[in-house]
Amino acid sequence: MINYFPEEVLEHVFSFLTSHRDRNAVSLVCKSWYNVERFSRGKVFIGNCYAISPERLISRFPRVRSLTLKGKPHFADFNLVLHDWGGYVYPWIEAMAKGCTNLEELRLKRMLVSDASLELIAKSFPNFKSLVLVSCEGFTTDGLAAIASNCRFLRELDLQENEVEDPRGQWLSCFPDSCTSLASLNFACLKGEVNLAALERLVARCRNLKSLRLNHAVPPDVLQKILARAPQLVDLGAGSFVHDPESETYNKLKNVMQKCTSIRSLSGFLDVNARCLPAIYPICINLTSLNLSYAPGIYSKELVKLIRKCKKLQCLWILDTIGDKGLRVVASACKELQELRVFKSDPNDVGNAAITEEGLVAISAGCPNLNSLLYFCRQMTNTALITVAKNCPNFIRFRLCTLDPITPDAVTMQPLDNGFGAIVQSCKGLKRLSVSGLLTDQVFLYIGMYAEQLETLSIAFAGNSDKGMVYVLNGCKKLKKLEIRDSPFGNMALLADTGKYETMRSLWMSSCKVTFGACKSLAEKMPRLNVEIINEGDEMEGGSDDRQNVEKMYLYRTLVGPRKDAPDSVWTL
Amino acid sequence: MAKYSSLGLETELTLALPGGGGGGDPSGSMETKQKKRVFFEFSGEESKVVSKNQVVGWPPVCSYRRKNSFSGEERTKMYVKVSMDGAPFLRKIDLSAHEGYSGLIMALEKLFGCYGIGEGDNNEYVPIYEDKDGDWMLVGDVPWQMFSGSCKRLRIMKRLDAKGIKLHAKDLLKGISIEA
Repeated sequence: MINYFPEEVLEHVFSFLTSHRDRNAVSLVCKSWYNVERFSRGKVFIGNCYAISPERLISRFPRVRSLTLKGKPHFADFNLVLHDWGGYVYPWIEAMAKGCTNLEELRLKRMLVSDASLELIAKSFPNFKSLVLVSCEGFTTDGLAAIASNCRFLRELDLQENEVEDPRGQWLSCFPDSCTSLASLNFACLKGEVNLAALERLVARCRNLKSLRLNHAVPPDVLQKILARAPQLVDLGAGSFVHDPESETYNKLKNVMQKCTSIRSLSGFLDVNARCLPAIYPICINLTSLNLSYAPGIYSKELVKLIRKCKKLQCLWILDTIGDKGLRVVASACKELQELRVFKSDPNDVGNAAITEEGLVAISAGCPNLNSLLYFCRQMTNTALITVAKNCPNFIRFRLCTLDPITPDAVTMQPLDNGFGAIVQSCKGLKRLSVSGLLTDQVFLYIGMYAEQLETLSIAFAGNSDKGMVYVLNGCKKLKKLEIRDSPFGNMALLADTGKYETMRSLWMSSCKVTFGACKSLAEKMPRLNVEIINEGDEMEGGSDDRQNVEKMYLYRTLVGPRKDAPDSVWTL
Repeated sequence: MAKYSSLGLETELTLALPGGGGGGDPSGSMETKQKKRVFFEFSGEESKVVSKNQVVGWPPVCSYRRKNSFSGEERTKMYVKVSMDGAPFLRKIDLSAHEGYSGLIMALEKLFGCYGIGEGDNNEYVPIYEDKDGDWMLVGDVPWQMFSGSCKRLRIMKRLDAKGIKLHAKDLLKGISIEA
């Protein structure tokens, strides 16, 4: 019966399916559905750029318009992976330029992006609309200039936390006068100067501009002029917010802010004079998202005064300078809070006892809708975690990080197993978990037992034996990414269920007890896994000793075998 | 005051309670590679890091954030001389100890025991600084990091002395030099 459905009808039905999972499921039903689906798929998400090749992507989805690619493993963020490990985007762009020129959108995370790649994008895709680069590196503002000059329909240029060299600084002037399509521009991470006059003109002619995030180099008087031209902004990232509160500029800024009634999201304040913050008080009541995690110049008192006014806040990213006291204010003022991230203001600061379990408990009591947490703290207790689990059963993401990676319960000196156990038991929808503190195999038993929806698990300095890792591998049926460092898991755990790794995106293990021999035998047994050993400095001359512990291992499922672009320090077994 | 566990050379982890006195040294079965191992020793009230060895990548703050939060990993002290008109001797202040202009101004006001340093007309004093090029600039025009990177010395000048000189950022940036 299904075979008599005309393809056009199927295609129309499928057009209502937006999630990758739904589309993936649909393509497994039968050959005909597979074909209809693949020709109509516009967006493709590739969580590991080495799991598949660009050529195979294009041959299966010839009409792809939007591509998301992720490169380096997550722990690369913490300097655990070499710069040249890989994740080059150029081959993808090259292949798309040949076979799929209707590309409109490219979103990259942790990839190496060269100016040549950006120039190729600018040349090859006439309908290119959106470029989002997150935690990437390898490019300069010359590459951005190419994008600005040539992408006539550019709607979105979003640069988040990239390392970008800025040799000339004139990229912004490269947007031609005919460019009026920009809706989103984020260059907060750029270090250099920008042509301020060009910026003002650009904002003035892009009437659809909704999101604008500026860098350091944009001073308050220019900000004021920009806001006067773009009262329709929904998302603003202020660059420099340092000026004399007595000055004319400040007055003008205050006045213009009052008219910016559409702003729902605020960030930046990369350089700030806290006495100027009252200028933004008028828009606080409308804010749903506030990111002050790059604004260390705001002291707790002023922070609290500001946040108290943000009654509709749903997402808050701040520094630990807010303190437990400040978090209590957040708990009482921001009843609709869903996401909270409390970052360290000083990675080396041991003496700052600003954030403890008390702040978290207060938040959980005041904000029952909390579903996403990243919390850097000095100490934690089981009681606190159990209370949090009871107050907030809706967690999807729960990431805790204690300053001392193996600190026990601050009151009882016990491991924090029961606390995290309560979290996984209560939060049935938990998808991402990072554990921290003194933890034994017991916590992994709980995780394996209760964390049925868990997809990503990060472990550091935890567990006692192989059993811990095995509990997780056996129990978490939906596990996709497992990353482990400095934990006593060894060969028995690694080899306990080798088939499991083909159901996962990747496994990272560093400073564990896994040996070369075990990695080799895993690689032999599972040809559809790439098992990479990363060796920095420790030269392995000739044959490696099978009994030697491996410093860093990264394995991932792949359909295209060992990659050819690995540097010398990375061995694919 | 909570005591913190210590991670020594022979650190191993087990189910056992953190061992006896002295803040707990868990024992277990994990080998440690000396060169990569962490040495954190927190002693009760002081809570000072005894050894300068740091664990690579801990706490897990992404490298972009590390470089762009005010206190980067290698924060070197930046002491500069500060002179104040009318004060008999100079002082020194550590620019790296402050995250921004407001902190600096507060510290200067405390240092000299006065109030009223700032750009506005109602302030008795104006803060200026000598930059890498030897030019005297008004404090507050450029982003903090740029300022702290190029400031060689500070002067807290009486506003009355600055009368007649238009204190506009643009003019000063052209490098009008003022007698120190």
